[in-house]
Amino acid sequence: MMPVVLAADVGFPLLPALVALPIIGALLIAIVPSVRPDAAKAIAILTSMATAALGVWLLWQFETTSAADFQFPSEQSWIESAGISWLAGVDGISLWLVVLTVLLFPLAIIAVDPGHDEKPYFAWLLVLEAGCLGVFVALDLFMFFVFFEIVLVPMYFLIAGWGHGNAKYAAMKFFLYTMFGSALMLVGMLSLVFLHRSASGGDLTFSLIEIAEAQSLSTNAARWIFATFALAFAVKVPIWPLHTWLPDAHTEAPTAGSVILAGVMLKLGTYGFLRFGLYLFPEASTWAAPFFLTLGVIGIIYGAIVATMQKDLKRLVAYSSVAHLGFIVLGTFAMNTEGITGALLQMVNHGISTGALFLLVGWLYERRHTRMISELGGLQKSAPVFAAFFTVVMLSSIGLPGLNGFVGEFLILTGTFVAHRWWAVAATTGVILAALYLLWAYQRVFHGPAEGENAEMEDLRVKEIAVLVPFVAAIVFMGIFPKPVIERMEPAVDALVAHIEFHVDDFDEPVTQNRGGSGWADAEDGHSKDGENDHGDSDDHGDSDDPEDDSHAGEEVDH
Amino acid sequence: MRVLLQTSVDIPSIDWGGLSPLLIMAGAPLIFLTLWSLLGDRLPRRTPSLVTALVGVATIVAAAIQWGRLDGDLPQGFSTVAGAYGVDGFSMLLTCLIAVAVTLTALFAHDYLEREAIYSAEFFVLLMLSASGGMVMAGANDLIVLFLGVEVLSIAVYILAASHARRVESQEAGLKYFVLGAFASAFLLYGIALMYGATGSTNLAHIRDAIGGLEDRGLAFGAMALLLVGLGFKVAAVPFHAWTPDVYHGSPSPVVSFMASAVKVGGFAGLLRVFNVSLGGLADDWTPMLFVLACLSMVLGAVVGIVQDNVKRMLAYSSISHAGFILVGAEAATSDGMSAALYYLTAYTFIAIGSFAVISVVSGQGDARTSIRDFDGLAKRKPVLALGFTILLLAQAGVPFTTGFLGKFFVIGAAIETKAYLLAVVAMLSAVVGAFLYLRIVLAMYANDGDDRPAIDVPFTAAFTIAVTVLFTVFFGVFADPLVDLVRDALPVIAAG
Repeated sequence: MMPVVLAADVGFPLLPALVALPIIGALLIAIVPSVRPDAAKAIAILTSMATAALGVWLLWQFETTSAADFQFPSEQSWIESAGISWLAGVDGISLWLVVLTVLLFPLAIIAVDPGHDEKPYFAWLLVLEAGCLGVFVALDLFMFFVFFEIVLVPMYFLIAGWGHGNAKYAAMKFFLYTMFGSALMLVGMLSLVFLHRSASGGDLTFSLIEIAEAQSLSTNAARWIFATFALAFAVKVPIWPLHTWLPDAHTEAPTAGSVILAGVMLKLGTYGFLRFGLYLFPEASTWAAPFFLTLGVIGIIYGAIVATMQKDLKRLVAYSSVAHLGFIVLGTFAMNTEGITGALLQMVNHGISTGALFLLVGWLYERRHTRMISELGGLQKSAPVFAAFFTVVMLSSIGLPGLNGFVGEFLILTGTFVAHRWWAVAATTGVILAALYLLWAYQRVFHGPAEGENAEMEDLRVKEIAVLVPFVAAIVFMGIFPKPVIERMEPAVDALVAHIEFHVDDFDEPVTQNRGGSGWADAEDGHSKDGENDHGDSDDHGDSDDPEDDSHAGEEVDH
Repeated sequence: MRVLLQTSVDIPSIDWGGLSPLLIMAGAPLIFLTLWSLLGDRLPRRTPSLVTALVGVATIVAAAIQWGRLDGDLPQGFSTVAGAYGVDGFSMLLTCLIAVAVTLTALFAHDYLEREAIYSAEFFVLLMLSASGGMVMAGANDLIVLFLGVEVLSIAVYILAASHARRVESQEAGLKYFVLGAFASAFLLYGIALMYGATGSTNLAHIRDAIGGLEDRGLAFGAMALLLVGLGFKVAAVPFHAWTPDVYHGSPSPVVSFMASAVKVGGFAGLLRVFNVSLGGLADDWTPMLFVLACLSMVLGAVVGIVQDNVKRMLAYSSISHAGFILVGAEAATSDGMSAALYYLTAYTFIAIGSFAVISVVSGQGDARTSIRDFDGLAKRKPVLALGFTILLLAQAGVPFTTGFLGKFFVIGAAIETKAYLLAVVAMLSAVVGAFLYLRIVLAMYANDGDDRPAIDVPFTAAFTIAVTVLFTVFFGVFADPLVDLVRDALPVIAAG
């Protein structure tokens, strides 16, 4: 197994610039006089666009062939006596999350105006962007932790300051819940570095690569420490039953806040599981996999059922996140290339589709001042363009073949089926339920007769269409031609799986022969090489059944 | 005559340089009081405040010079005046902290005193005298000297606590602090006596050497317990904290600012030097005691703090909780633990001064508007002040990129290094509970409506003090290395005279 390495330095400090740029923007906004809210918005748009340009440039420069290595490395000693440094790099796992983040922020900033106190609003959004990017590029445990924690502050202020309804309660709950989760992670992290030091005999170091490649901890210690990390990530994802902060925070947050929360911040947890769970603690992750698979499946079904019951459209979308993130957890702990690639892809997909759904619901609320499904109806007639965009985004969220959501869910279910068949079977019902709650909601909101204010609802404006077009383009592109995305992930995912195989004695990756993401069509002779999953011919059924389930369900309810 | 000279005691050699920070802080108030009584009418009213601030700065400069000497021609630390006063990085760092507290408190205290119409030059004289007591504690290399320091520090603060003569709460605070403080002093003195009985000396170096070879440790244990009670009172650790909320609530806000910073520094100076260095040989016996004190302080400070409705009381409880965190560093009984505790103490000194400076501004005339309702909508009325206070509160909550976070990070690291996992978990959980306390205040400032509240006047001096503390908290929270290296350089050294 090739150990993961830092690639050669490219000269330009791309990643520090990526994190610093939004901060600079936030500081600029802070010194703009508050009588000029338009200036604050202009600065916010410009800096987030510039950050996006940097991010796209990073994508352009990214070497697909060596996606398993950490590229664009930058290193700078931070607290020297404690072995803490700024150590950043991007590999195939973090690449797309960075790209998602830099693209989602400018869209969210353009899409909605806060209505009051523009200056702090945009400053907080930019601080939030810097924090999220910091998490995704961090390769030092300390650095990861501080960015992981700091994102709470801007989001707390965004919810408390610009939220709706019971925003104070939601903000407080969000902050304390997630802080509680990461409190124990700090204890675990410090235990890890001290145990690593005494086992390796070297200096104190917080370097992720060094600690992960050494695997110097005893099994028992690693499991305990993994538990503290997993708790932090489970709260952040959130995994059932730690999800209770999510519906409140998502529903009460301002629209841009919900978009970012769902689109980016939930990925901090799922990304954490991959980078600081599976990579750092391969044995403990394997050991805990059935537990998390189960919670993932419960999350999928629970989230879907509760979403079906919701009366508030935004809350419905919030609960749909619980279900979607259940899929991501499922794929992550399937521990094979398909599952993890699918999970990664689904992180990006969920960011796009749920981000867009929150935007649409936000605009709906701006127009109708209600999100209650019962008070809406027949909007298709008054706002046909709105309805059309909503349909595409919703179908992506459901996982309709040809759109992006399908690819991710399919890979996850394939990977899980090979590894843990019955979990995959149970999870597949979630696909049907997703169609149920979203289509039913769509029916109630957009179909039927339009009365009163519903009949006069304003359709999408040009600016709003312009914001939505990139979302829809991504949804369609990634649905039809996911290869460019997947091929940049795969080397890193392969390396991660190989890392787990190398360090866990009795673990072999549960696989089918049609490795990778692009080949799900030719699953005929797929069979498992793993002893405990030796169900060669059933695999074929699984592979061909899932999409049918899913598309049938979609059609039936639609009619 | 000749005979007399021969039989007189040897005059110990005195390193005047090493004592210079202390001499400046102790001598200045005496000289100033004399001059002020003669010339006071002819000088501007702001003179005492500025002189005090300058004395503080001069003390910092002197301490920095002495600290610089230690790296050069002198050993890491030495003691002077027959082994009574230690000059090392530890005493110089804490001297600087106390001097910072004096400077910043004196600056904004003037406008406070004018607003409350209780202006008097004595306030500043007492402030400096009290600080000199704290500095004696910082360098005390002898239990008797430590006791002298405690008394000088405390008696001046008792008077300061009661100095808002028209407020009943202030009177009550002074009396309460005095009675309980005298009680604690008695414990301390009793502990010193027992320690003398056990080891035959009050000198910390002698005690350190003698303690390992003791056959009967019973007496030393008793002494240790009593010393811990006395010093635990000064640092406001549970269960010796009962005075804190009332005294913080009643005392004039600038005095609270001084109490939460300088008095705490003095208390921890004594505690760290006596326990971690002099009684290091008995670490196995006192770490369980500190373990209990630390846990109780952190948990009780946080839990009781969140049900308070008065911001001053909330921060009083939070200061109890912070004392618990510093004790976590002390409990590790390692040099990393010592530097962690010192880092936390440094960070908290600035945070506390800034926080109480904000309160002294918001509390308005009469120093009475300190309920959490009085902070409603502060972000609308005074956005910059609210932002500064928010940063200080978040730093106390342990949010990254502040010194407050690094303080928690280091003390928990020290605990984990010694495998005190339980303590680390208790610390982090109480930090989360504590965060609720700070967020309540932040929420009041940002999310509540406070249009009907009276206008707030922010004097320049208070703004300056708050700005300095906020910048310190954020700057060293991001660029951490200089401060970390400084406290690692400030380990106490006990040298025999």
